[in-house]
Amino acid sequence: MIYLDNVAGTKPDAKVVEKMMPYFTEHYGNPSAHFYPIGREAFEAMERARGQVAAFVGAKAEEIVFTSCGTESNNLAIKGLLKNPMNKGKHIIISEIEHFSVDSVTAKLRNDGYEITKLKVDDNGLVNPDDLKNAIKKDTALVSIQHTNPEIGTIQYTDKLGAICRESGVTFHVDAVAAAGYSELNVKDLNCDLMSIASQNFYGSKGAGALYIREGVKLSGIMDGGHQERGYRSGTENVPAIVGMGEAAEIAMNDMKVYVPEMVRLQKKLWDGLGGMFDFLHFTGDKDRRRPGHVSFWIEYIEGESLLMWLSLKGIACASGSACSSNILADDEEDLAASYVLTAVGVPSDICAGSLGMSMSKYNTEGDIDKVLEVMPETVKRLCEMSPMYNRK
Amino acid sequence: MAKGPYSDKVMDHFMNPRNMGEIADANGIGEVGNPACGDVMKIFLKINDDQVVEDVKFKTFGCGAAIASSSMATELMIGKKVEELLALTNQAIVEALDGLPPAKIHCSVMAEEAIEDALKNYFKEKGQDPAIVDEMKAKIRKN
Ligand code: FES
Repeated sequence: MIYLDNVAGTKPDAKVVEKMMPYFTEHYGNPSAHFYPIGREAFEAMERARGQVAAFVGAKAEEIVFTSCGTESNNLAIKGLLKNPMNKGKHIIISEIEHFSVDSVTAKLRNDGYEITKLKVDDNGLVNPDDLKNAIKKDTALVSIQHTNPEIGTIQYTDKLGAICRESGVTFHVDAVAAAGYSELNVKDLNCDLMSIASQNFYGSKGAGALYIREGVKLSGIMDGGHQERGYRSGTENVPAIVGMGEAAEIAMNDMKVYVPEMVRLQKKLWDGLGGMFDFLHFTGDKDRRRPGHVSFWIEYIEGESLLMWLSLKGIACASGSACSSNILADDEEDLAASYVLTAVGVPSDICAGSLGMSMSKYNTEGDIDKVLEVMPETVKRLCEMSPMYNRK
Repeated sequence: MAKGPYSDKVMDHFMNPRNMGEIADANGIGEVGNPACGDVMKIFLKINDDQVVEDVKFKTFGCGAAIASSSMATELMIGKKVEELLALTNQAIVEALDGLPPAKIHCSVMAEEAIEDALKNYFKEKGQDPAIVDEMKAKIRKN
């Protein structure tokens, strides 16, 4: 299978898995148990990983808190900040294309008396820094704007947005889950106070995420219990996954300069190939400011789920933002909705139907892209023939 | 291989849709849209003087379930009399497909509605009141 849904999670690096294994089989102690070797070993391994992750984002080890995934990091960043007694602000700014975990957390906060401003994005998915400047108010507690959008690939002007927050003294959270391993992520250069990343997006395993909390930023824990992770996140740590995350961070730090340019090259090839194929295919996201190896588009006349299914039958795995494919395990059709990200960048919601996202990893090859370019024309042609809209052109 | 959300029957009809296309001299064409997801289904009927479906074709812009429902519907329609078509419910289509996920039932409803619309247009073309379809349907439902 050609795997092109890497924003949903990558294949773990074999070296990462190898590093994780002993923490299942030998060093299986609880890292909070310091007085016997297997506990101590687990603890030390976790602290080593903390150092590796910190180095990856240009932070100090004490500024890294391990969580279980990107969603948890985002929840901790937002709820933890607002819950803290030091926070007095009642206004939150996000963009209209945030991940569900930011979008729905803030939507719920509205019921608790917070005011939410959702910044519009342009047709390429970019937030205008001036809009942010104008939206900040005296009681703004938090700005949370993602670095890279997983669906349309667009990369924000995060450093500029961060500088504006710094100037106004507002805490800035960056959801960098789709960015880690593909863009340079230095918390100082990006001017951020909080940053979420997840191991499974850069060749680690599922089950480990991290939140960078800049020294001095006051956050409360959102899980009560045994005070692990300095009280930010009670609960036994997932040591094997965390060890893997540390290793994955170190590998990414060393190898990005090699694999990223290659991914960009393949991305160009796929982009140009698809662009030349049909005049009714429209790319989404910013052409230049995008996650390496990410190509997203929508096709007129055909629906995303059926395209996704055909590609899957041909051995190509990717993602769609179509309403039809949105929530197939839902109990009823009320839960089917076109992607709000695509609607935000101006794709008409009945047309989000034909949307597709292909995101590569460092493992994809030229041959993979050749295969996609070979399969797409026949697949699209087939679905066009079936479409009552096609002939009306 | 791990099974997806659809039955083998659905996958078969999705991959090898029966009666896909158009009928140039159709005497009943039905078209419905689905507001939930912007999908469109079109059914072409060729009904002979004995009121029997001689030929039927479909075109669908929609998900796997919508394509499979249209394809299955055409198979169930061929050779049937007009009244029999009206008795063809979406449940019958779902059953013939060995089930659909709950979120996808509405895709089969689209097929039932397309058939109804095609028949209305058939009667209209013959100069009859299309409301006859509703009456016939109500009668069938009662029995
Ligand atoms: S046609 Fe949209 S969900 Fe089936």
